[in-house]
Amino acid sequence: MANITREQVQHLAHLARLELTEEETAHYTDQLSAIVEAVEHVSEVAADDIPPTSHPVPMTNVFREDVARPGLDRADVQAGAPSWEDDRFRVPRILDED
Amino acid sequence: MSASAIERMKFDDALAAFEPVLGLETHVELGTASKMFCSCSAEFGGEPNTHVCPVCLGLPGSMPVVNASAIESTIRMGLSLNCSIASWCRFARKNYFYPDMPKDYQVSQYDEPLCVDGYLDVVVATDDGPREFRVEIERVHMEEDTGKLTHAGGDTGRIHGADYSLVDYNRAGIPLIEIVTKPIVGAGELAPLVARAYVTELRDLMRALGVSDVRMDQGSLRCDVNVSLAPSGEPWGTRSETKNVNSLRSVERAVRFEIERQAAVLSGGGRVVQETRHFHEDTGETTSGRSKEHAEEYRYFPEPDLVPVAPTSDWVEELRGTLPEVPSVRRARLQAVWNISDLEMQTLVNAEALDLVESTIDHGVDQAAARKWWTGEFTRIANEQGIALTDLPVTAAHIARVEELIADGSLTDKLARQVFEGVIAGEGDVDAVVQARGLVVVGDDSTLLAAIEQALADQPDVAEKIQGGKVQAAGAIVGAVMKATKGQADAAKVRTLLLEHLGVDG
Amino acid sequence: MSVISDADLVRQDAATLSSALSAGDITSVELTQACLNRISAVDGTIHAFLHVDTDAALATAQDVDRRRAAGEELGRLAGVPLALKDVLTMRGVPTTCGSRILEGWPPPYDSTIVERLRAADVVILGKTNMDEFAMGSSTEHSGYGPTRNPWDVERIPGGSGGGSAAALAAFEAPLAIGTDTGGSIRQPASVTGTVGVKPTYGAVSRYGLVALASSLDQAGPCARSVMDAALLHEVIAGYDPRDSTSINAPVPDVVAGAGNGDIRGMRIGLVRELSGEGYQPGVRERFDQAVAMLTDLGAEVVEVSCPHFDYALGAYYLILPSEASSNLARFDGMRYGLRAGDDGEASVEEVMSRTREVGFGAEVKRRIMLGTYALSSGYYDAYYGQAQKVRTLISRDFAAAFETVDVLVSPTTPTTAFKIGEKVDDPLAMYLNDIATIPVNLAGNCAMSLPIGLAREDDLPVGLQIMAPAQTDDRLYRVGAALEEALLDKRGHALIEEAPAL
Repeated sequence: MANITREQVQHLAHLARLELTEEETAHYTDQLSAIVEAVEHVSEVAADDIPPTSHPVPMTNVFREDVARPGLDRADVQAGAPSWEDDRFRVPRILDED
Repeated sequence: MSASAIERMKFDDALAAFEPVLGLETHVELGTASKMFCSCSAEFGGEPNTHVCPVCLGLPGSMPVVNASAIESTIRMGLSLNCSIASWCRFARKNYFYPDMPKDYQVSQYDEPLCVDGYLDVVVATDDGPREFRVEIERVHMEEDTGKLTHAGGDTGRIHGADYSLVDYNRAGIPLIEIVTKPIVGAGELAPLVARAYVTELRDLMRALGVSDVRMDQGSLRCDVNVSLAPSGEPWGTRSETKNVNSLRSVERAVRFEIERQAAVLSGGGRVVQETRHFHEDTGETTSGRSKEHAEEYRYFPEPDLVPVAPTSDWVEELRGTLPEVPSVRRARLQAVWNISDLEMQTLVNAEALDLVESTIDHGVDQAAARKWWTGEFTRIANEQGIALTDLPVTAAHIARVEELIADGSLTDKLARQVFEGVIAGEGDVDAVVQARGLVVVGDDSTLLAAIEQALADQPDVAEKIQGGKVQAAGAIVGAVMKATKGQADAAKVRTLLLEHLGVDG
Repeated sequence: MSVISDADLVRQDAATLSSALSAGDITSVELTQACLNRISAVDGTIHAFLHVDTDAALATAQDVDRRRAAGEELGRLAGVPLALKDVLTMRGVPTTCGSRILEGWPPPYDSTIVERLRAADVVILGKTNMDEFAMGSSTEHSGYGPTRNPWDVERIPGGSGGGSAAALAAFEAPLAIGTDTGGSIRQPASVTGTVGVKPTYGAVSRYGLVALASSLDQAGPCARSVMDAALLHEVIAGYDPRDSTSINAPVPDVVAGAGNGDIRGMRIGLVRELSGEGYQPGVRERFDQAVAMLTDLGAEVVEVSCPHFDYALGAYYLILPSEASSNLARFDGMRYGLRAGDDGEASVEEVMSRTREVGFGAEVKRRIMLGTYALSSGYYDAYYGQAQKVRTLISRDFAAAFETVDVLVSPTTPTTAFKIGEKVDDPLAMYLNDIATIPVNLAGNCAMSLPIGLAREDDLPVGLQIMAPAQTDDRLYRVGAALEEALLDKRGHALIEEAPAL
């Protein structure tokens, strides 16, 4: 199960938007397999009737009142932007439509 | 787009060979004051990137907090759609990279929607009269909207061929509810109408609930239309998903087009590709977008920054108590009260004038007059100006005042139209326009008699004709008087006075 | 204390400094300047800081002195300097999370912790080094070079909060803030001879804490004494409506706990699964001595079993990368931080991928891919889903143990500080450092590490971990204070006094 292939690593890298080098791909293929092998014993624990924990402290219904408040000054919004034009974030061309 | 190369089969032929199966996914922006997970204004528009904060910009370290009003709106919507409300559910992260999504994941709901298993009854007009159709609802869930992209460079303004894009995150984080139907089967040739009726009914329901202003023109209601054709004898076919269909008419057209297109593909021995398609308002066609052959890997998992939502039954019942009358029930009631025909009711609904007419009647205006104004004159003007009826600056109070003036003889129908023209042009309220434009019926007898005498003097032979029994000749004098008074006289009254003056019985 | 040398001043603990400040024996400007001088003197070697905010720190100190002189009532830590882990946003001050992808990013907002520190008039000296996005146990994975352990500069100071711990051990600051996802406060505390507390999950607001794994992250106090940690804990903890997971309840009285070293009659559990193989003999020895001390102090020590702790590391290394892969998606070069490869031709997808390739270090990429894998549809149930169930089982183990004991103890780390470079490309060996600290993060309860001596074989600090149920953080301080005092009596001075002068 823990045998992660090179193709899988490439696919994961694509999903995660990481442009790996050849060397990295090979390296991570080995390391990920080893790590997964080391952690996958969690799947051996008999836990069919055990509820999963997604939040360590059980709480429900934490809400905010629907009141609008001013946000950031646009100068602050712009300050961190790598590229900015016409009061908007400028981003490279998009090939895939969503 | 130039002439289409997309093959289609005639609608009736397509329906003879295949059974259409529909699925509708409708996204509606809720009309909350603030965003889904932060306190930024959720108002439409605004200067770019001014309704943003660390949370909706996805800045490192920021954290979401759920808007209580968005939850309530969703529950009320679910209840109105006859759904069960989950006693416990979580938000989930839908992970994918896209520059309009500040965190590169969307906070949504996945396998634990807030509302499930409901239905909405819709009515479509057929040759055999109205037919009711039940659309089953699979789920209603909450999520956040994305930012808005503007494509720059290139010449089309579209995504393809653009050199780069600009992002405004004002819309990012505005609360959305998504309403997903179960497969709609058995509609046959009514499928396009059922789709349209469903979205219309949904829109009216949301307006009645006050959870959204549902402006399709501003994108606050967007529809994804899934269509597949089942070859006869088989339960399913491969579906296409037409994204972001943004008007009621387009929903109907998109369904019709997909039925015709897929029928042509299938009957030609081809295979329908599971893909995203785009609807073009100008041509009424859909074109291929992204292939969905490879299932999306969104890597959903429960959103750890938000705690579960667990509506108590008391809370749900309290919200149930706030539900307004369902639009279909209301329509039936109003039709009975006003004593109008199916056709007259349909005219009101099609004109989207129901609320306006009801409110006008509440202001004391006769129902026939109220209907006449809204579906006649005002609909015409709104269409001319290309705006919604509700966006006309005419109010029920204006109509009530005009009707009052008509009733006491101060205005004629014709003058009343001029008054509204002034009101719409922003010249002030009814009385101000009447005054400024001098639009008052010339009513006192001496003025009218003077005008009659003048007209008789100008046309000496007419009096003789009338007195000689040719009463219809009176029209020429009445016309002259109306002209002299710039149309501000009551023609019937002029005629009566004229005949009296000549000693002739009317 | 009227004339105190810088050298003496920087070695004092915060409680002592607080008294000196309020007595008027020293000014905050003197103290702050002494810390800044110390940073200038030693940080070239230690590299605890990524950014020193000299002017703002002195301005705050000046303001505190002025207000104190005017007779204003000030908080206990007013005017006391602090080192802030670079994972917390501070308006206008570069916040990098130890990553090149955020180099120079000026956050437009303060984290809640910074707001609270400002409100308490704490002087923030600057931002401390860390493993990139808090992924690591050695601070070697910082994009800006490693931090060195003041006890032996060839060794790691722990991680991810190595900068904060080293700043304390090098006497650059009396207080520091850390964050702890799987041990990033406690393990550095352990290997630098300092005190670190991971409060109950939800006790300290995460708003403005750049998330590694949202369901595990918790910020907490780092100090050179148990009381100092308590004083800082009190300042930063408390309900915050901007963090949906924040606990809306009074903070346990940790300062009172630290002031009450009486543990007579307390029941203390030794976790069987956090002992034995893999623990360095010198660590074992010091731990056994400390446990004997607890017995001498009147506590009843018993062994308990937490059988599912054996699966904690596995569950952790599925949950953490999964959440991290999602939390770190936003670093895509579109809105802030680094953008690479935007030559006008490259597509948005290519620019995102290049930016992340160039901007992230090896460990970050490793964990992002691991998390992406664990969340993939074919593996979700077997990995992420199952890990969440193990999490439930670990919480149940804790619950069962806390039915019979008040607190649990274990060595904080299996070994003392290892050499820089020793495990940097051996992720599995690196991950084992957190074996004893991880269960608490999975269950959401609280824990402390405090120094209990030097290991015989390498003369490096050993830490003891105390674990208590959620929302009983005061118990940590009570047990910690008792042990600290006993050790002080035995040794005649605090262990930290033995740290090299540099």
